Amino acid sequence: MDKEIIVSIKNLTKTFAGHTVLDNLNFDIYKNTITTILGFSGAGKSTLLKHILGLLKPTDGVINVLGKNISKMNSFETREFRQNFGMLFQYAALFDSMTAFENTAFPLREFTKLPEYEIHKRVTELLLSVNLQEIAFNKLPSELSGGMRKRVGLARALALSPQIILYDEPTTGLDPITTRMVNELIKSTALKHKERGLTSIVISHDVRATLEISDYVAFLDHGKIIEYLPALEFANSDNPLVKSFINL
Amino acid sequence: MRLIKRLIEKLGFYVIDVIENLGQVITFMYRFFYWCHRPPYRLHLMFEQIYFVGNKSLFIIILSASFTGMVFAYQTYFGFQLISVDSLVGPIVSISLAKELAPVLTGLIVAGRAGAAMAAQIGSMKVTEQIDALEVMGISSYQYLAVPRIIAGTVALPMLSVVFNLVGNIGSWFIGTKALMIDEVMYFSKLSEFMFVEDLVQGIIKAVFFGFIISAVGCYFGFKVEKGAEGVGKGTNLAVVWGMILVLILDYFLTSFLIKIL
Repeated sequence: MDKEIIVSIKNLTKTFAGHTVLDNLNFDIYKNTITTILGFSGAGKSTLLKHILGLLKPTDGVINVLGKNISKMNSFETREFRQNFGMLFQYAALFDSMTAFENTAFPLREFTKLPEYEIHKRVTELLLSVNLQEIAFNKLPSELSGGMRKRVGLARALALSPQIILYDEPTTGLDPITTRMVNELIKSTALKHKERGLTSIVISHDVRATLEISDYVAFLDHGKIIEYLPALEFANSDNPLVKSFINL
Repeated sequence: MRLIKRLIEKLGFYVIDVIENLGQVITFMYRFFYWCHRPPYRLHLMFEQIYFVGNKSLFIIILSASFTGMVFAYQTYFGFQLISVDSLVGPIVSISLAKELAPVLTGLIVAGRAGAAMAAQIGSMKVTEQIDALEVMGISSYQYLAVPRIIAGTVALPMLSVVFNLVGNIGSWFIGTKALMIDEVMYFSKLSEFMFVEDLVQGIIKAVFFGFIISAVGCYFGFKVEKGAEGVGKGTNLAVVWGMILVLILDYFLTSFLIKIL
């Protein structure tokens, strides 16, 4: 397995009004892998995600993403740097005034100077690659099912060919069939984009799905990384907290 | 003693709340001015918003203006008739419309319609993570959502105010000369005698400020929304209430300032 480090977190601490949310975190995320950050609600998963994206600055410590210290960047640099990321939100976060097609085309129209026919071609490819039927291309998010919205959200996240894709609780609130579909989508996306080195970071509290899709699993509890192992080893972890979480 | 302590406590919380809100408003305005002159300039979004604030408010503005002009002409006529100056109905209605009624009533209508809509749109985008999605893509949500709306409000409200003024005057002329039988030549000669361009300019300047404040308040409360659908409703309500209050307060200060310089 390729062991090139894509995200490196050193001594990351974040406090909000004296309350420590992330407590001296140290771990690396490797290129071309699916790494899941697992933990209870309120463990600090979303705060960690926001630090990786540069939406929050650490109180202490360093976050290097793609070899660059993201916490030292100014707001313009961070905004530009975020084009290296794609993100699939918990409820897809599609723009409700735009169709599935327009949502997917949005990053291309904002950040590239591609001619409209090229954008049309690229968006069609993206939407078909996430198995969205053509009949749904011109539908508004309110007319799409939860699973279809996730597909469009993923297509939008992939539009600018990001190096890192982040999934925020991708299966929360979905029925078992759609959950399976989303998990397969995460796996197949990672596989399809393996050649260009796509790294997937998943935030989840769904143990079953995590073990099914991940290469590495980090377990976060009260702002600390309790365990960080390859998925197979994680499933057999001796850590009592991890064991109880897995067996919940 | 306990009562005094509780009172001081309440007062303290209130003061902290006011200072916190003031800080948030200043930060919001700073972000607006920071982003409004930085590329990319999304003119299509601005025109969309001008269409939304302007064109979509046009019917209600025309309706309100025509009845305001007609009612005001009636009331003025019956008051002025008592002292035999009914020929001054035209200029009085016209000056009132130009300086006060057109900008203020247009402001109140737009605050209720477009200000509320801005807060609701941005608020629902916030609770459904659409604003986070913009930020994650590296797009400033203030630049993308607030800047076009605030500029559109500032541009559209003076235009609507001019329409209000025009339609109100037509209503006044119609009632004055056709229903109340004021001599038409007299009506217009008095109008040209007492009405000045400065009166119109005063109203337009006010409308510019009202447009800015209404759309800024709408966007501010939209970005402030928290806690789901309930928060969106609360934000929308606050946007309308504060939009209207600020129009009336600002009107006083602008009037006292503009009277001195125009």
